[in-house]
Amino acid sequence: MKRLLLAGVVLAASIAGSGPVWADPVEDTLEIDGMPIVTQTAAPEGHPFDEVYSGWLFRSAETRDLERDTFENPGMIAVEDGEAMWNTVMGSEGKSCASCHEDASVSMKGVGAHYPKWDADSGKPINVELQINKCLTEQMGAEPLPFNKNGQRELTAYIKHQSLGMPVELDLTEGDMQSWWDRGKDVYYTRTGQLNLACASCHETAMGKMIRADHLSQGQVNGFPTYRLKNGLTSLHQRFRGCIRDTRAEQPKAFSDDLMALETYVTWRGTGLSVETPSVRQ
Amino acid sequence: MTRRIKFTLGAIAAVVLSTAAFASEVAPDAVEYGDEGVMTSLTGVAGDPAAGAETFKSRKLGNCLACHANPDMAGEQFHGDVGPSLEGVADRWEEPMLRAIVANSKQIFTDETIMPGFYSLEVGKHVRESLVGETILTAQQVEDVVAYLGTLKE
Repeated sequence: MKRLLLAGVVLAASIAGSGPVWADPVEDTLEIDGMPIVTQTAAPEGHPFDEVYSGWLFRSAETRDLERDTFENPGMIAVEDGEAMWNTVMGSEGKSCASCHEDASVSMKGVGAHYPKWDADSGKPINVELQINKCLTEQMGAEPLPFNKNGQRELTAYIKHQSLGMPVELDLTEGDMQSWWDRGKDVYYTRTGQLNLACASCHETAMGKMIRADHLSQGQVNGFPTYRLKNGLTSLHQRFRGCIRDTRAEQPKAFSDDLMALETYVTWRGTGLSVETPSVRQ
Repeated sequence: MTRRIKFTLGAIAAVVLSTAAFASEVAPDAVEYGDEGVMTSLTGVAGDPAAGAETFKSRKLGNCLACHANPDMAGEQFHGDVGPSLEGVADRWEEPMLRAIVANSKQIFTDETIMPGFYSLEVGKHVRESLVGETILTAQQVEDVVAYLGTLKE
């Protein structure tokens, strides 16, 4: 009887609400060209959630299907552009990425799953974009790629795509990674802007709720660069900046210390999820 | 010459008028929150429910539907559910409490509350330069929204 009453209440509540109301991520499984993708797994120790969920589970059936099939995935065009760049000579040393790293499917496998890593030279974490720039300037005699320009997103997507299906796992024991993780956690919980919202306000406290037409995910980053149906290939720091702008705050610079710390922390929050680059999202 | 004097006089009159309009307005940091909410109007001018509905709906102003379902606006697409549905909200709260929740809900609930303070200068870090010292809504817009919410009875 109690259960019946409860069912009645739930029914009444769902009739009262207007528009679709999902309380949770969907139950679905993902394989990309036969490769199993972990979209849900037990959270690492010290995580606020018991389970971590890929943003894929929060998207519509149509959007989810686009990611299942690499021929349908519009982000794969960028990956192909990135592959062309990998084989293109850049800079005064007459080298391409392939000159040293040869077959990316071998040499880059795992990179997307384990970055950011500790960079002893700069005394900071380094992500794939900045590692590309380090190679360009220190090995290839080329200019660094400016943020989000000159193929930075495409080459990053190509490199991360080589880890498709591999579980995300950071080594926080390297260098000072742990203190950058701590700093990133502070950034995650700091409210910004006139709207006074932290990352956690939407992606932790309100995870699973609807904000207008958008189903709030855990804000996982295992699919970046991601293909967003409304603005195309989108890099992680571009997304960070967009979210922070939406709180009506000044946007931090891409690859600034705060955002590198945030990338480190948020990547850890997705420990165990498969790399999905290039994921497809709303 | 005459024209310039006219212009100057007009400008002075406009300033005087607008100062008069703001004279009875309660500043964001002077709003008094009590157990029953905020007892007095922020402007002394009665809220306009029709204007309040527009402010409520507008994505650039209240954008209230982003987080709250409102069956009174069933014609609008995409109602959020980050906060509670506002169906019959006027049966649950009296006007002073509605005013307090819209102006700064953290004064009524907890600091953890997600809802922004629409007439508050207790804001997040690194506020966009052009918005420093500005509230999301004006005092009159808050009064209008409160008047609109007052119509939401079952």
